[in-house]
Amino acid sequence: MSDNEVAPLETAYGVDHHVTRADAPDRPAQEGGPDMVQLLSPEGERVPHPELDGIVDALSDEALRGLYRDLALVRRFDAEATALQRQGELGLWASLLGQEAAQVGSGRALRRQDYAFPTYREHGVAWCRGVDPVNLLGMFRGVNHGGWDPNEKNFHLYTIIIGAQTLHATGYAMGVQRDGDVGTGDEGRDTAVIAYFGDGATSQGDVSEALVFAGVNNSPVVFFCQNNQWAISEPNEKQTRAPLWHRARGFGFPGIRVDGNDVLAVYAVTKQALDAARTGQGPTFVEAFTYRMGAHTTSDDPTKYRVSAEVEVWKHRDPIERYKRWLTTTGKADADFFDAVDAEADELGGSVRERCLAMPDPEGPEMFRHVYAEEHPVTAREREWFEGYHASFEEEVAR
Amino acid sequence: MSSTTLAKGITSGLRAAMEKDARVVLLGEDIGKLGGVFRVTEGLQKDFGEDRVIDTPLAEAGIVGTAIGMALRGYRPVVEIQFDGFVYPAFDHIVSQVAKLHSRSLGTVRMPMVIRIPFGGGIGAVEHHSESNETYFAHTAGLRVVACSNPHDAHWMIRQAVESDDPVIFYEPKRRYWDKGEVGEAPDGDLGSARVVREGDDVTLLAYGPMVKTCLQAATAAEEDGRSLEVVDLRSLSPLDTGAVLASARKTGRVVVVHEASTFLGIGAELSAMLTEEAFYELEAPVLRVGGYNVPYPPSRLEEEFLPDLDRVLDAVDRSLAY
Repeated sequence: MSDNEVAPLETAYGVDHHVTRADAPDRPAQEGGPDMVQLLSPEGERVPHPELDGIVDALSDEALRGLYRDLALVRRFDAEATALQRQGELGLWASLLGQEAAQVGSGRALRRQDYAFPTYREHGVAWCRGVDPVNLLGMFRGVNHGGWDPNEKNFHLYTIIIGAQTLHATGYAMGVQRDGDVGTGDEGRDTAVIAYFGDGATSQGDVSEALVFAGVNNSPVVFFCQNNQWAISEPNEKQTRAPLWHRARGFGFPGIRVDGNDVLAVYAVTKQALDAARTGQGPTFVEAFTYRMGAHTTSDDPTKYRVSAEVEVWKHRDPIERYKRWLTTTGKADADFFDAVDAEADELGGSVRERCLAMPDPEGPEMFRHVYAEEHPVTAREREWFEGYHASFEEEVAR
Repeated sequence: MSSTTLAKGITSGLRAAMEKDARVVLLGEDIGKLGGVFRVTEGLQKDFGEDRVIDTPLAEAGIVGTAIGMALRGYRPVVEIQFDGFVYPAFDHIVSQVAKLHSRSLGTVRMPMVIRIPFGGGIGAVEHHSESNETYFAHTAGLRVVACSNPHDAHWMIRQAVESDDPVIFYEPKRRYWDKGEVGEAPDGDLGSARVVREGDDVTLLAYGPMVKTCLQAATAAEEDGRSLEVVDLRSLSPLDTGAVLASARKTGRVVVVHEASTFLGIGAELSAMLTEEAFYELEAPVLRVGGYNVPYPPSRLEEEFLPDLDRVLDAVDRSLAY
């Protein structure tokens, strides 16, 4: 093998599209720096943190094992969806590979009454909210544009327009304030909102506007930025000159960078931020420093723009491996547990596949439904025409 | 019955809507203490508080974007866009989010939002303050688009818009804000309906917003020449009240559409196409359009040349009758 060739990754990540061209430009290594909160090193060792240790220590062993189960099942679901796309069953898939800890850690910090506003990659958060994962496939299969009731699990529809949902989250939080559901001291009532977005989204005006509105209103919203280093083909340094978490200060509220591949740190930092929001202390900007191990979506080819050495570095920071190591060395989980999770993951993959394939295509007239809440004559007339037009063929066939 | 201005008709309509439903909140720039640059929300913050009449940061995408979130929380936001030409930063939220959320959620989410836009020219304003951008929104499925033309409709239509479970773009004819009229005890039909505001036999004039008054003046002038013009106030642009339009067109056989917006792909283009499809054999003349030219809204010293006026309307009437 010549120096310019790179062997395919054998890989926990399954696919080989991390193999990259050797002439891609060098990038500075992505290091979280000394300000990054980390409770679990990539080697799986617990890093003490006087301020946050209490939050993690309060978790039962069962809850800790639950986090592992979430991470593993979400990765398995994601892999199944990628496979379904490769087999033509989904038109597109946006993989969360590598970002499981950022999503599960933050998702499990939410309370039932809290509300999450996702991008289109928050499959792990959806899982934590209790959204049936098959529902997430609908828009990627092309049978709907979302299709779940956001209020059922307090998980808004996926938003494709980058950054738009940060404003929706802020407005929702302004509603929460007007309902008096902040700072009452009632754990079942005080409500926080979390807005998910990526590093690319921070360049959108909407995100800055959301930070302004949330800041001046002191709204109970956590801005959870998964900095996965890449906005399709554009590296972080094309989006920002300063670390993203620094941005919060200019809007008048705290920002914090957390190791996004450390599920314990993400959980603790997010919980702290959500608690601050619920108790009336206003917004927090959390930058979860992570990495998009896969392509942007299944339509993307990262070999055209990033080097495999970079991916290798992040492979060693894998969120699931380090957590498994820690659970094992501390005796919080044993081989039987991991085997059981593996079996459950395979079962999930199989059932997701089966239910995806069974998803019916919508009937033509469905497109006219729900355009308006109250009847709109133009849409009603066109639907009538559409049905008559198609019925005319059936009549012809019948003759 | 009480005589009031069109602007104050909206104020009293908003007040009634807010008294009736505590979930109605107003958002906009300068709408609190100042009462809005046109004073449409004057006094409302004093009476309903800063939580319900919200002076927002100066960012239109932010205003509509956060209003979406408030609607998701169960509120009924009424957004004020300060001037027509300032709505574009919010365009994405209106077209990609507000209009689509009901459909995307398969009917589980509603967007009972009103977006008020003072529109049109004729007040000698600087750039971006005189536009008529209704076609952009009428072209977007999921939105309702209406325009009031007089104090009575201003009062009742804003109340109906607030009560609608669909998002409504509510156009206010800014040069008619100070026109006075009576506000009656009940609305004239539902929000999607047109209204014949002057009966006539020879030619139908279709108009909305500020051009209704212009058309009524044209009809009065034409009467002196022995011509009987019927004036239909469309009131709703999405949906169009095609039944009312067709009834008038069939009666007179001649139709002239009048609006300030450019005629190219304007509401008149849709009306013309619809009338050709539905009433081809009943028309005595092609549907004619009187509107703005296909140019950026001109500097105010030229706006009289740009805007349809009584003479241009009557010119079109002459041309229609010449067929």
